[in-house]
Amino acid sequence: VADKPPKQPPPKQSPYTAERGIPGAYAGETVTRRRLFEGSALAVGGIATAAFALPALGFAVGPIFEDDSPRRWQPIGSPPDFNPDSYVAKVISLVPAIGDGGKTTIYVRKASPKDTDSLDQPFVAISTRCTHLGCPVRYVQASERFICPCHGGIYNIQGQVAGGPPVRPLDRFETRVHEGQVEIGDRFSVNKKLERFSPRDPSNHLDGLWQYLYPARPTT
Amino acid sequence: VKAPPLPKFLRPTPPRPGSKDAGGDANGANDASANGAPAGAKDRAVEGTAQVVGWLDERTGLSPFLRGFLYRKVPKGTNWYYTLGSATMFAFVSQAVTGVFLAMYYDPSPTKAYDSINHLTNDVFAGELVRGMHRWGATVMIVLIFLHLGRTFIFGAYKYPRELNWIIGVVLLVLTLAMGFTGYLLPFDQRAFWATVVGVNINASAPLMGPYLADFLRGGAEFGATTLSRFYAIHMLLIPGLIAALLGAHLYLVAKLGTTAPPWLKAEKAKALAKEEI
Repeated sequence: VADKPPKQPPPKQSPYTAERGIPGAYAGETVTRRRLFEGSALAVGGIATAAFALPALGFAVGPIFEDDSPRRWQPIGSPPDFNPDSYVAKVISLVPAIGDGGKTTIYVRKASPKDTDSLDQPFVAISTRCTHLGCPVRYVQASERFICPCHGGIYNIQGQVAGGPPVRPLDRFETRVHEGQVEIGDRFSVNKKLERFSPRDPSNHLDGLWQYLYPARPTT
Repeated sequence: VKAPPLPKFLRPTPPRPGSKDAGGDANGANDASANGAPAGAKDRAVEGTAQVVGWLDERTGLSPFLRGFLYRKVPKGTNWYYTLGSATMFAFVSQAVTGVFLAMYYDPSPTKAYDSINHLTNDVFAGELVRGMHRWGATVMIVLIFLHLGRTFIFGAYKYPRELNWIIGVVLLVLTLAMGFTGYLLPFDQRAFWATVVGVNINASAPLMGPYLADFLRGGAEFGATTLSRFYAIHMLLIPGLIAALLGAHLYLVAKLGTTAPPWLKAEKAKALAKEEI
C-alpha cells in the first residue's frame, strides 16, 4: 500500500472581495456587486411573480374553502301529501338560477316507526344521487328498492345499500314542518348505521377505517 | 460539418450574361430591368421572395437553425410509423384552430350553452363541419397519441438518452386525456352532464386528495353555476397552453437527440458482427 499524502484542507478563501483580488472591490465588502444584483433581480422577479400568481391560484381553489350554499328551506307540500309507506318524487333546486342543471329530484315520505335510524327528522327525504358515482337513482314501489341505471346500485326503502357497488346509503336532506308546509333543508350524508355525517361526495366511504381516507369539507 | 445546400428557390440568381455587373451583385433582377431587358414575372416573383426571406434571415439568423431542424439526418430504416408523432401534432393544431372558431359562437353559461351549440351546429354556415371536425378530431388525436406511444415503446425509442422525452410525452398524454374530459361537458346535453358528474365523482373517489380535487373541478360542493365556465377555461386556455409549451420541448428534444433506428436493423448489425468475430 502506497502511503498517501495526508489530505490537505483547501486553502480558505478570504470572505473579503478585495482580498480575493476582484477588480473594483471596496475594502470590507464581502459580496460582489454582480452577485448582489443577481440576487436582488431574482428576488424582485420572484416577488412580482408571486404577487400575481398566488392570488390567482387562491381565486381558482377558493371554492374548496368557502361555503357557497347558504342554508335555505324549500317548501314541497303539506304534511298530508306524504305517508310512511311509499315515496313521493319532488323536484327541488340545489343551485338557483342555472336552469335544469341546478335542479334535482328527491323522494320524500313520512318517517315511520319501522325506521331504524335515530336521525330525528319528521320526514325522510332521500337524495337521488347514487353514492357510487352520482347517477340519478329511481324508486321502484313494487320491490321497494331504489335502483341506479348506471352500474346497478340497489338500495332498500331506508336508502341502505342492498346490492351493487355503492359505498354507503343514499344521502338525505333535512326536513321540517313550517307554517303548514313540509320544507327541505340542507343535504347530509349517512353511514351504514344511518348516523349523520356532513355532506360527502359519492364514492366517499363513511364506515370503518375507510372513512379517514375521505376527509370532510373544510367548510363543514 | 458542411451545411446542406439551400433549396433552389432560395439561392441567389446568377447574373445574366451581358448585364452591367456580371461580377456578382445579389440584386440581379433590378440590374436586368435597369438594363432595359425586362425580367420575366416568374423571375421577379422568385427574386422578391428571396429578398423577403433574405431580409428576415439577416435579422433573425433563423436559416441555420431551420436547416439543422428540417434537414437533420435520420437513421436507416425510418418508416411510416415515424410519422405518428407529427400526425398527433397535426391533430392538435387542427383541434386548436377549429376550437378557436367554435369559441366565437359558444356561450359557456349553464342556461345558454346547449342553445349556442345548437345554433352553431344547425344555423351557422359550415358549423356542422367545423364542430364535426373538432368532435371527431378529438377521437383521432387520442387514437394517434396512443399509436405514437405504442410505436415509441415497441421500437425501444424511450431508452437512454431519450427518457426525458418519454416523460414529457406521458405528461402530454395525460393532458390530452384531460382535454377529452373537460371538452365532453361543453355541449351540455344529458350525456355531457351525467358523464361529467360521474367523471368528477371518479376523481372524488381517490383517497385523501379526491374530495378536494372534485370540489376544485366543480368549483364547489355541487355541480353549480361556474362549473361549466371552469371546464371551458381549463379546456381552451389552461391545458392548450401547457400542451403547446410541452410540445415545443418534445420537438426540441427530438431534433436535439435524433430518432432511433428500428430495432430489427440493430439485430442485423449484431449478426454481421458475430460472423466477423468467428
